[in-house]
Amino acid sequence: MKKMIKGFQFWSIGLASSWLSLFVLVPSILIVIISFLSTDVEHFARLPLTFSAYGKVFDPLFLVVLGNSLKMALMATLICLLIGYPFAFLITQLPQKLRGLMMFLMILPFWTNSLVRIYAISFFLGKKGLINQSLQWFGLIDQPLNLLYSQFAIVYGLSYLLLPFMVMPLYNALEKLDHSLLEAAKDLGANSFQRFVRVTIPMTMPGIVAGCLMVLLPAMGMFYVADLLGGGKNLLLGNVIRTQFIQTRDWPYGSALSVVMIVLLSLMLWGYLKSSRSVNRKGGLGDSDF
Amino acid sequence: MPSTPILLKISGLSKSFADQKVLTDFELSIQDGEFFTLLGPSGCGKTTILRIIAGFEQADAGCIELDQQDITLLKAENRPINTVFQSYALFPHMTVFDNVAFGLKMAKVNSAEIKQRVNEVLEMVQLQDLAQRKPQQLSGGQQQRVAIARAVVNRPKLLLLDESLSALDYKLRQQMQIELKRLQRKLGISFVYVTHDQEEALSMSDRIMVMNKGEVQQIGTPRDIYENPANLFVARFIGEINQFDASVIQRIDEDHIEVAVEGADWVVKTQYPLHAGDKVHILLRPEDLRVTNVEQSQGKVHMLGNIVDRNYKGKTLDSYIRLPSGNEVVASEFFDEDDPDFDYSINQNVAIQWVTGWEVVLPYEGQL
Repeated sequence: MKKMIKGFQFWSIGLASSWLSLFVLVPSILIVIISFLSTDVEHFARLPLTFSAYGKVFDPLFLVVLGNSLKMALMATLICLLIGYPFAFLITQLPQKLRGLMMFLMILPFWTNSLVRIYAISFFLGKKGLINQSLQWFGLIDQPLNLLYSQFAIVYGLSYLLLPFMVMPLYNALEKLDHSLLEAAKDLGANSFQRFVRVTIPMTMPGIVAGCLMVLLPAMGMFYVADLLGGGKNLLLGNVIRTQFIQTRDWPYGSALSVVMIVLLSLMLWGYLKSSRSVNRKGGLGDSDF
Repeated sequence: MPSTPILLKISGLSKSFADQKVLTDFELSIQDGEFFTLLGPSGCGKTTILRIIAGFEQADAGCIELDQQDITLLKAENRPINTVFQSYALFPHMTVFDNVAFGLKMAKVNSAEIKQRVNEVLEMVQLQDLAQRKPQQLSGGQQQRVAIARAVVNRPKLLLLDESLSALDYKLRQQMQIELKRLQRKLGISFVYVTHDQEEALSMSDRIMVMNKGEVQQIGTPRDIYENPANLFVARFIGEINQFDASVIQRIDEDHIEVAVEGADWVVKTQYPLHAGDKVHILLRPEDLRVTNVEQSQGKVHMLGNIVDRNYKGKTLDSYIRLPSGNEVVASEFFDEDDPDFDYSINQNVAIQWVTGWEVVLPYEGQL
């Protein structure tokens, strides 16, 4: 019996770790190596080793893209937070039985390929789309608005795609919120706004930070959203990287950008873990809460 | 105590959850400065009363007056009442100081006064050195004291305590009982304490209300309730008690009747209007029964029984005695080392007696 468990442990852990090594670790190492190589017309990447790819990272043109990309991702994060928090809160107010159903309904659309849903959004926002048509029908506008192919459209798409990643950690945090703390605050004279600011928000801060990271990090890289909704004018970090690999064929540059992105995101994650640990010390919330 | 003013007056209170009626036409008056305990088994409605007083629940009907002001519709945050929660409900993201200061901050007290008052209260509960700690860095007893400090710093007119000692271990609980009672005397604030622990209720309260299934069973001082229970429920809920079913033989005078208990005729004290043939309950606390050798009891009214078990408790010795009727009683006697006859052996035949007037006589409530 013990042997069997040992065997199961060996195979399950072994399979998972070899899978991760093969498809995550090895490609990541390759990316890091390629980022230090040079390139020419005949080769994607070749010796000698050089830092020139990293030099191009500080190209002002790229920095503008990085800034724009960060701005759009942050906006999407903020929108997700503003929609997700009340939404998650409302779900926790439902009877236990309905909560699971609501979460299921929220995730349900995500079984459809996200590319298909982004196409759908482009129809929705287009000149002859639902929004423009109804606005015209109500007589609010004469000419259709240019909603599609703008930063607005990208932020819209990102917010739509990533909302569940915001709601889930928030829901988790809100559901675990000890109701007696709110009663205690009420008992001590805090009105509903004060209770929210002084108890609910601090107690759910780990969920807020986790949700923001879950939205912000992927939002930087979703190049197909920028392709379909940004019309090639508005780029995300992911677009630039994709272009280097597929169109410009400058693999070292693309790799260097990827490394920069990975480092940036890792820094954010590190900051999150550090802050969550300090909340843990302060708030008594374990890592299992995230 | 008719001279003490009434602080809290609840009248005609009704409350149901879903279809379950928890309280019906409930009445309660609490005097200024008293330690009042709501005692009853879980589910008897005592916590609901507390939550209605605090303002966490709205009553379906009825009126609550605090200091002659109607607070029935006042929100919890606006009532001059504070609560010590069963789980303490301390804010884990705040220090002890900030926890205690919370109520004062909400009341917009200036920071110099907050500092002074919080420190004063922390000193009173002996936590001034731990003011910068987080609640989870404190022991259960310390957390309990923070919870009390957080409530009393606001100088409420009424302090509610919801089974506030039940999470502590036995020794600490005993210690906190004494501390709590002292604190209450010092502050002069009325305490309403909810518990299912009768020992706790007896040792701390000025008055106790015993409840069962949403109904008030008895209100009185601890001594009243222990010595003169109003009905079988109270008698059984508070302390241990032996119960005999008896029938009245005749009334002797205004205060005494003669009853038949376990095959003997006894004279007992009662003022209930009972007549010959009526059935009654005779109740006796274990410490009021006297166990003797059969020879010693000759010539006195007694009942005979067999010792079935002996339970040494340090201060006292409990004897479990089976009577011929099958009824099993327990007698608790103080240990007397000088009495050679004190230690009875199992199966020994013994006689049981009590002093007339120590028994409680209740009208028959049926076989329970």
